Amino acid sequence: MTGTLSALVVGQRSLLGREQSFLRKPLNITSRLVLILAAVLMTAAVFFPVWKIRLVAPQYRDGLELSIYTWKLEAGNRGQDLVEINLLNHYIGMKPLEQADFLEMQWMPFAFGLFLLLILRAAVLGRMVAVVDLAVLFGYFGAFSIGTFAYRLYTYGHNLDSMAPVKIEPFMPMLIGVSKIANFTQSSFPETGAILLFSSWLLILAAAFFSRKEEAW
Amino acid sequence: MKIGITLFSALLSTFLFSGCDRSDPATRTTGDADLSFVPPGQHDEYYLFYSGGHSGQVFVAGMPSMRHLVTIPVFAPAPGKGYGFDDKSRSMLGKFTWGDIHHPGLSKTGGNYDGRWLFVNDNANNRVARIDLSDFKTKQILGPIPNSSGSHASSFVTEDNEYLLVGTRFSIPLPKGRYAPIADYQTEFAGMLTGIKVDKETGEMSVAWQVLTPPFNWDLASTGKGPSHDYAFFTSYNTEMAHTLLEVNASQLDRDLGAALNWKLAEKAVADGQYELLDGVPVIDPRKVPGLLHFLPIPKSPHGMDTDPSGAWIVGSGKLSPTAAVFNVEKLLKAIADKDYSGENRGTPILKYESILEGEVPVGLGPLHTQFDGRGNCYTSLFIDSQVAKWKLPPWTPEEKANLEKVVLDKIDVHYNIGHLVIGGSDTREPYGDWLVAMNKQAVGRPLPVGPALPETSQLIDIRGDKMRMVAEAFTDKEPHFAQVLRADMLKPIGVYLRETSTDPNAVWKLEDAKVTRNGNTVEVNMVAIRSRFAPDNIEAKVGDTIVFHITNVEQIAGLSHGFSLNEHNINGSIDPGETKTYTVKLDRPGVFPFYCTVFCSALHQEMQGYLAVKPADDAVGRGSTKSAETASTP
Repeated sequence: MTGTLSALVVGQRSLLGREQSFLRKPLNITSRLVLILAAVLMTAAVFFPVWKIRLVAPQYRDGLELSIYTWKLEAGNRGQDLVEINLLNHYIGMKPLEQADFLEMQWMPFAFGLFLLLILRAAVLGRMVAVVDLAVLFGYFGAFSIGTFAYRLYTYGHNLDSMAPVKIEPFMPMLIGVSKIANFTQSSFPETGAILLFSSWLLILAAAFFSRKEEAW
Repeated sequence: MKIGITLFSALLSTFLFSGCDRSDPATRTTGDADLSFVPPGQHDEYYLFYSGGHSGQVFVAGMPSMRHLVTIPVFAPAPGKGYGFDDKSRSMLGKFTWGDIHHPGLSKTGGNYDGRWLFVNDNANNRVARIDLSDFKTKQILGPIPNSSGSHASSFVTEDNEYLLVGTRFSIPLPKGRYAPIADYQTEFAGMLTGIKVDKETGEMSVAWQVLTPPFNWDLASTGKGPSHDYAFFTSYNTEMAHTLLEVNASQLDRDLGAALNWKLAEKAVADGQYELLDGVPVIDPRKVPGLLHFLPIPKSPHGMDTDPSGAWIVGSGKLSPTAAVFNVEKLLKAIADKDYSGENRGTPILKYESILEGEVPVGLGPLHTQFDGRGNCYTSLFIDSQVAKWKLPPWTPEEKANLEKVVLDKIDVHYNIGHLVIGGSDTREPYGDWLVAMNKQAVGRPLPVGPALPETSQLIDIRGDKMRMVAEAFTDKEPHFAQVLRADMLKPIGVYLRETSTDPNAVWKLEDAKVTRNGNTVEVNMVAIRSRFAPDNIEAKVGDTIVFHITNVEQIAGLSHGFSLNEHNINGSIDPGETKTYTVKLDRPGVFPFYCTVFCSALHQEMQGYLAVKPADDAVGRGSTKSAETASTP
């Protein structure tokens, strides 16, 4: 009985010990290179939209397209699609979508700069603990961003002008997937930028994975 | 007597030919409509630009479906397009409210269509106009052209848009406005051939020079190509120089005089100062510029004068001769060089008919116009026979030459009394050669009855095989004369006027910039039209004011035009996306006048309206209601 208990205690201690020792592991060259790759993908993500919203209706055969970058809104047809979306939305009293309202677009570049520095720091220092911090922070950041994006969509769909010519029930625009709003089929999906950012996060995890068998310092 | 014999023999030959034509009666009477079928949602392969005759418009259809696409107003107001109501188009129309469009001519580069402009003539008011094919709108009306009355022999475009050639159909005493007794026709009246210069960048037309001629009636023309590049060829129908009862008096000679005009020499003569200014135009006396003008005899009362794609053959058709006269350009140039003349008319040499003629092809009765398929075949419209004759261009074999009936290959009935006919690109170096459209003058019994004023018929004929095949029939308003066909892939018309390219100083693009400004008795309104409102929409003025609406349709999406009707003021605008138009109205009575959008634009189109309140003149000065502009700009 006692033996069993002490074995358990020892086991617990050794479990915590294993975590401690895991965080003290150095990064091998593979992990460091994988981190550099993660940095590259993160940088590349700036040049691609992270999300794309498309609205298609019989009279808009080519669709109205809104590309969301980490730092800007870009509409199809030389920006006219945004004018058109806002024009249509005014009938239901939705606030016009404007880049200036997307405050996160102003601090996003700063956040990404910070993450780039943290990745490079982890690659240079070669400490597992730095990689784990990075993975957690970046994961949180990603979830938070999607959360604010969803909240923004919610706000647009729920703060409708009561004087609008067309009165509709407040609604939650589709975040991921396809939905039907009146004559429009709205589709909303992550784009290249999001895939790059997610891959960057996976690479950070992979960096940890590749050095899992290294001897702790 | 001689006419009688000619007609009789022609009738006989036509009878013989039509005998062998009935071999394939099914396709000839029922048509092969499936060949012209273009399923819903799909596009035609070609644009067909019809002249609209005295409607003053151009009709555009798709080919081969023959479905009407759009009407381009040119010389006549068109409420449906808001044309002739805004200040700009109203000033372009000037004092005329109609025109008579006969011959549309597509612009060319290197002898082939370049898809930039369509030029048309106005036979009634002596004008020419340019339609821009990037937006299918009339951009310039030039005229009335000085010293010219009835620009029938136009608009014929040279190989690189150097000139648009215009022959005056009616001779008059010059300069315009001068009286002379009509009985002095032969001494006091003059004909004129005009070169209209086309700016290669902008297409802007201007009268470059004119060539004085005897008072013939210049009828039709075509421009040269290749070996005949420097020339334009004209027909005339009154070498008799009759001034009354032309039906009889202008039909006396067996041959009328056509003209070979060397436009390069005209250009040079003007550069050398060999001209006299008449009504502001350099007018050249051809007697003083050797080589500039030669006459050539063409069988009786000719109409069409068509140069083939190679530029080596010219076909002149005499309405009262059952033949198509084929002239050999090589021989013609040689005759000019050798001064091989049969005489002269008022100092202008007449080329010897026999020296320049290749042959007279017995095509049938009433030959009017000839088109080419680019494979060595000609297609001549036969007004009296109501047929199209297909025949072979030279070179001919000795046997064929001995009996030119052998070069007539096929005939097809058309319904009825064909005037012009068109094969896409026939007047270029590379005809399309697949379809022929017959434009007929008498539609009796063909369309659903619509009372005594019948529509015109156009018949689509497949010319890809050895035998012509009737494929489809379409009806148009009066009255297409000639047409032009353009491959659809040559055009990329715009969908909207881009905001970035707007140059109108009165344009306003934002609701908050819309305003009303009073300046003395002029009230200027800079108005925004957007789904589904005008801003401002409540405007005040007073009797005696001139109100100027500058309306910008700020939409940037294709097809979203807005209209502007000011009730009981004869204003009916149509403003396309990105366009700014100006409407000036003199307010002559008090009242409150609604204005509204006439183009169905959106679900709340009916609500797109406003009021112009006009106070009596003795009232306190009405101020433009800037407040209403503000109200309107608040979403």
